[in-house]
Amino acid sequence: MAVQIRGGAAPPSVAVWNDPRARAIFFQAMALVLVIAFGWYIFHNTYTNLEKRGIASGFAYLNSTAGFGIIMHLIPYSEESSYGRAMLVGLLNTLVVAAIGVVFATVLGFIIGIARLSRNWLIARIAYVYIEVIRNIPLLLQIFFWYQLLGKSLPGPRQSFNILDIAFLNNRGLYVPAPVFEEGFWEIPVGFVIACVASYFIHRWARKRQELTGQQFPIFLTTLGLIVAIPFIAAIITGMPLHWEIPALRGFNFQGGMVLIPEFVSLLFALIIYTAAFIGEIVRSGIMAISHGQTEASYALGLRPGPTLRLVIIPQAMRVIIPPLTSQYLNLTKNSSLATAIAYPDLVAVFSGTVLNQTGQAVECMAITMGVYLTISLLTSMFMNWFNAKVALKER
Amino acid sequence: MSTATASFQPKPSLPPPAATVGVVGWLRANLFSSWANAALTLLALYVLWKVIPPAIDWLITNAIWTGESTSDCKNPDETRKGGACWIYVQAWIPGYIYGLYPYDLRWRIDLAGVLSVLIMAPLFFKKMPYRATYGMIAIILVPIVAALLFNGWYDFAPSDPRASSHPWRTVETSKWGGMSLTLLIAWVGIGASLPIGIVLALGRRSKMPIVSALCVGFIELWRGVPLITVLFMSSVMLPLFLPEGVNFDKLMRALIGVTLFSAAYLAEVVRGGLQAIPRGQFEAASALGLNYPKSMALIVLPQALKIVIPGIVNSFIGLFKDTTLVAVIGMFDFLGAIQLGNADPKWLGYAVEGYVFAAILYFICCFSMSRYSLALERKLQTGHKR
Repeated sequence: MAVQIRGGAAPPSVAVWNDPRARAIFFQAMALVLVIAFGWYIFHNTYTNLEKRGIASGFAYLNSTAGFGIIMHLIPYSEESSYGRAMLVGLLNTLVVAAIGVVFATVLGFIIGIARLSRNWLIARIAYVYIEVIRNIPLLLQIFFWYQLLGKSLPGPRQSFNILDIAFLNNRGLYVPAPVFEEGFWEIPVGFVIACVASYFIHRWARKRQELTGQQFPIFLTTLGLIVAIPFIAAIITGMPLHWEIPALRGFNFQGGMVLIPEFVSLLFALIIYTAAFIGEIVRSGIMAISHGQTEASYALGLRPGPTLRLVIIPQAMRVIIPPLTSQYLNLTKNSSLATAIAYPDLVAVFSGTVLNQTGQAVECMAITMGVYLTISLLTSMFMNWFNAKVALKER
Repeated sequence: MSTATASFQPKPSLPPPAATVGVVGWLRANLFSSWANAALTLLALYVLWKVIPPAIDWLITNAIWTGESTSDCKNPDETRKGGACWIYVQAWIPGYIYGLYPYDLRWRIDLAGVLSVLIMAPLFFKKMPYRATYGMIAIILVPIVAALLFNGWYDFAPSDPRASSHPWRTVETSKWGGMSLTLLIAWVGIGASLPIGIVLALGRRSKMPIVSALCVGFIELWRGVPLITVLFMSSVMLPLFLPEGVNFDKLMRALIGVTLFSAAYLAEVVRGGLQAIPRGQFEAASALGLNYPKSMALIVLPQALKIVIPGIVNSFIGLFKDTTLVAVIGMFDFLGAIQLGNADPKWLGYAVEGYVFAAILYFICCFSMSRYSLALERKLQTGHKR
């Protein structure tokens, strides 16, 4: 007897509690009810607790006078400034550490990662030991260690370490030359922008020509030459509107130049060294992930080792490297909050520390702090997803 | 006809050139293969020569190992100038282990340590019956026993004379500290975050949109903020969240923060493992008539977790390193105890020694964990290799 299979037949009737769809709805409703009840419970408790303590909720306090000083501020700030301004100062301090840290950690990390793969046994070993040692020691301990070495144990200004007569390191911080901009300085950045635009068009023209005729053009050298030469010429024409003010010891302390406070220097140092170890491992695994056949195939096509690396290996390795690299950047940004432990005035130290203690606005302060980090994280991962989709292998 | 045809007799092959074998060959291949390489090697040797001998001098040769107080470190004999002062570390070792725990009760921490080892010891016998079940119970049992012993159980009024002498009097958690606290936090964090992480990962992979959205939200929220803000939140905001009168201990709040934070990261690791399991496994489990919990517990999770052991151990190492952050919210874990020692007026000026000691200890713990995970990975590798 032939079994008739009819499409779209009604499924055999089952009891409601055995129907997967009914179950799914039930479980989800349960979960939602639980979460909402939990949220309401917390909200209710917080509300009553705050009322009992007489703390008015809301963000009005951001406009009242802060009344405390911050040892490092990139924007004008004084004790008369508002709490909102203090938050901005803290946020900028976090961002500046993160930005400088990311740049240097990337450079150091790539050097370490490539050294780890070096054919030179000694170099590879040194990189291996560096990675293993640094990765296995807590970052907070490293921050304390560098703060001790670069902050507390250093001699006073008179005995400071002299770095090539332009920078000085002592227990008050790192004194570095400060740029002084004079009239007509704007022509140098303008020159730089012109150079960038020009090299973009040269690049396009060179590529088109190579596609048509096969003739190559030294793009890299031209670009480098333009970017260095045009601003330089602009500087000479305008009569060197930029000079560096070098710090000098006068009396008991250094005058002039820029001072980087010890907290900043040691936090940056620890973050760079720590993150570079992780980036080194990422770079190593990224390069190792590209099979040797790619190198051989590119040699077979007649490419020299330089172009092989530049045109074949690195673009493919970057695809593997970039996602974990971004999460390391995020980690570095989040880890910069450890600044609190050595009293570097970052967002957490200023806002969840001093401001929270002064105002008692715990909910608002924590919400803003966490919200800022969350926004940074989500923006970065959105950008990463977009970038990933862009560079992903285009397969059939 | 002569039988002796002139056959071709190759000469025995020459030995390889002396410069390509042995020590010389290795040196040439690995250190001096080109001019650039040779220059790099020499540079590296120079740097090592500049760094390692002074480091060894400071750490060992010139270091002061015996003595009573700072005066022994400040006035060493001429040959030992510029060495580490290990007397400080020796004097503070009890402090590093027990933190601020009362002197007369420290045997309770020792007892907790011994009991933990005894509870865990049967697991080293591979043929023990019910080893997995016992292991799970032991992992839950150890921190409970330890916390009970740390805490004690007679809570006397402050006026009671026994409040300062009774051997089983309670010790509040703010007095707990040192390595013992670090181990306790790490143990509870690891033990509690793995199951939560697995549940979150399963929830995230769930086909029910609301459940999965809730899990994604939870995971991304924790992963998006630094641990320090989580700890601040747990110490500042958790009291606000609870009804009046209900009060969590500070240590408990920090534990909740560390556990949830670590669970979010573990959830992502476990999700990676779940994604690597082919659909056929899920379908085969359903075809066998297993329901969702059984198919997950018996078929999918054992395979998924095995794949991600390195990731899980990495997360555990991260958690162990992150326990140091409780020092920032005013608890004296191992790093907190080191800071405490560095601020000791009797031993001012030897902070670097304290940090170096801590670094060595943390390195030993974390490095051995990562080596253990490598060994475990090799041991559990069954069949997936082709």
